[in-house]
Amino acid sequence: MAEITIKDIIKEENLVYKKSKVLTNNTMSYCPGCGHGTAHRLIAEVIEEMDIQSETVGVCPVGCSVLMYNFLDLDMQQAAHGRAPALATAIKRLMPEKFVFTYQGDGDLAAIGTAETIHACNRGENITIIFVNNGIYGMTGGQMAPTTLKGMPASTCPYGRDIEMMGNPLKMTELVSHLAGTYYVTRQSVHSPANVRKAKKAIRQAFENQKLKRGVSFVEIVSNCNSGWKLPPVKANEWMVENMFPFYPLGDIKVDGQLVTK
Amino acid sequence: MEKELRLMKGNEAVAEAAIRSGADAYFGYPITPQSEVIEYLMAQEPHKRTGMVVLQAESEVAAINMIYGAAACGKMAMTSSSSPGISLKQEGISYIAGAELPCLIMNCVRGGPGLGTIQPAQSDYFQSTKGGGHGDYRLVVLAPASVQEMYDFVEIGFDLAFKYRNPVMILADGIIGQMMEKVEIGPQKVRRTMEEVIKQCPWGTTGKPTTRERNIITSLDLVASRQEAFNLKLVKKYDEIKEKEVKYELINCDDAEYIIVAYGSSARLSMKAMDLLRAKGIKTGIVRPITLFPFPSKVLFDLADRVKGFLTVEMSTGQMVEDVRLAVQFKKPVEHYGRVGGVIPSPEEIVNALEQKIIGG
Ligand SMILES: Cc1ncc(C[n+]2csc(CCOP(=O)(O)OP(=O)(O)O)c2C)c(N)n1
Ligand code: SF4
Repeated sequence: MAEITIKDIIKEENLVYKKSKVLTNNTMSYCPGCGHGTAHRLIAEVIEEMDIQSETVGVCPVGCSVLMYNFLDLDMQQAAHGRAPALATAIKRLMPEKFVFTYQGDGDLAAIGTAETIHACNRGENITIIFVNNGIYGMTGGQMAPTTLKGMPASTCPYGRDIEMMGNPLKMTELVSHLAGTYYVTRQSVHSPANVRKAKKAIRQAFENQKLKRGVSFVEIVSNCNSGWKLPPVKANEWMVENMFPFYPLGDIKVDGQLVTK
Repeated sequence: MEKELRLMKGNEAVAEAAIRSGADAYFGYPITPQSEVIEYLMAQEPHKRTGMVVLQAESEVAAINMIYGAAACGKMAMTSSSSPGISLKQEGISYIAGAELPCLIMNCVRGGPGLGTIQPAQSDYFQSTKGGGHGDYRLVVLAPASVQEMYDFVEIGFDLAFKYRNPVMILADGIIGQMMEKVEIGPQKVRRTMEEVIKQCPWGTTGKPTTRERNIITSLDLVASRQEAFNLKLVKKYDEIKEKEVKYELINCDDAEYIIVAYGSSARLSMKAMDLLRAKGIKTGIVRPITLFPFPSKVLFDLADRVKGFLTVEMSTGQMVEDVRLAVQFKKPVEHYGRVGGVIPSPEEIVNALEQKIIGG
């Protein structure tokens, strides 16, 4: 009997899924189970499906995703910590026909870059902001973030976030939804196949919206940080569902410029 | 063609020059004594005149990072501020130098440290010429001494920025920014088309076509040996700049026994002092550095063989004097005279300083 090769199994007609051509062949540097990789893949797929690879300019942050430009086959700029929305503002204003997005962690977007985030959103820049909220500073080794939950431990709050001493976790996504310059604001996650599909739909919407020139499309992805949370991947996702989602509930917050009433 | 002459403030001249040089963008934040730059631009509506983008940012931090974003697309972008605002921009300037992006920054210096004063000063010399932000980098620094030079240095600055892919600073001060003088205005240059931008800056992030690899603008390299190689590449660039771009003006140096070294407003004040000294029979000349980086060290080194001494005049407690001493290499005495905190030295004070510190000393 002739041997069955991989080519016999993976025939064009049997192929249901393949790596996006907007992803490079570089090995991602993320910890196993980290949500960053999935979020990257969704952005790549959306860009491929919209056929806008040659018209897209991305801005990566300082954080674990600082090397995003190694993983996406796009023209990309690497921004100083927190300043991605300022870069994106200039890129979009100088090349209004391009699709411009930022990809930022919660330390980047909601702490050091709060001013740039709020003002880009308030000006209504026609950009897409992808905000990966893992409630911690992943890259620098698990310090407290503005989004760290009450009581949640991190290396700079080893006994848990003490609200009286350290202040409250910041809901940046709700905050920007109240600014006139945001057109679409949503919160998603990528921990299960169903959520991945929803998140992809949201990212697609956020890119499509740029054609309308109605302002910022803001997609928060509540994500995990196995290393920072000191939990194995599956446990981290369970912890996220139990603890992060009640405080950061998933779903659309603003659609077509209108706040969603629940 | 008929010359176009106008009476303008230095800050207005910078703004008009930005439009006329075909700049694509200006991003800034108000601060005295340079707010006229953005006020003039907004009043001119350059988006209608040339399509130039002008935006008042939420801070100097945002403004310099907008410059990074624009420059990374190969666009001609400019910002301006005054000392406290320039301090805020330093991280961004370091990133721009690290990513080898071209841009123009005007600093209309006021007295410091801290909030200091809104009066003119030259106390940001170290910050401008030695790097300013973190890491080993240099800016090309141009020092205008007239409103005309404020105008002219915009185009010269952009040319240098694109030639070397390096940030260029126009180091002015509150006097040059605020005073009005006659300016000869150049013709309007047409802004580059997108095709021309891509041709001039093939490294720009303008969207990756199938015909080339992706363009990445970053200042990050986590491999130490590669980062070192990059640092050495920068050194080579700065060496080339030192070799080719030094500019200075020599005034009455041929028969001079004493040299005043001064840039910008101080050079203007020193002109009067030189006349007073010459009237007394003290043969004085002026070396006016036009580029502060690269610094005109060679001419000072050579002059040291035939003059008796040097006096630097600066509106600081003594910053450029260190570079003059390095250039002269102890061949002759080098002393500093300065007024600070927004106080402007008088020509008589400069005369006294030269007589006491150099001739008497
Ligand atoms: C100006 C500045 N301050 C601090 C840092 C150090 N730093 C690097 S990444 C980071 C936090 C990143 O956390 P986050 O944005 O949540 O992204 P994550 O790594 O979790 O994806 C910090 C504080 C820096 N690079 N620059
Ligand atoms: S440290 Fe956290 S955020 Fe960073 S790659 Fe690892 S799991 Fe992801």
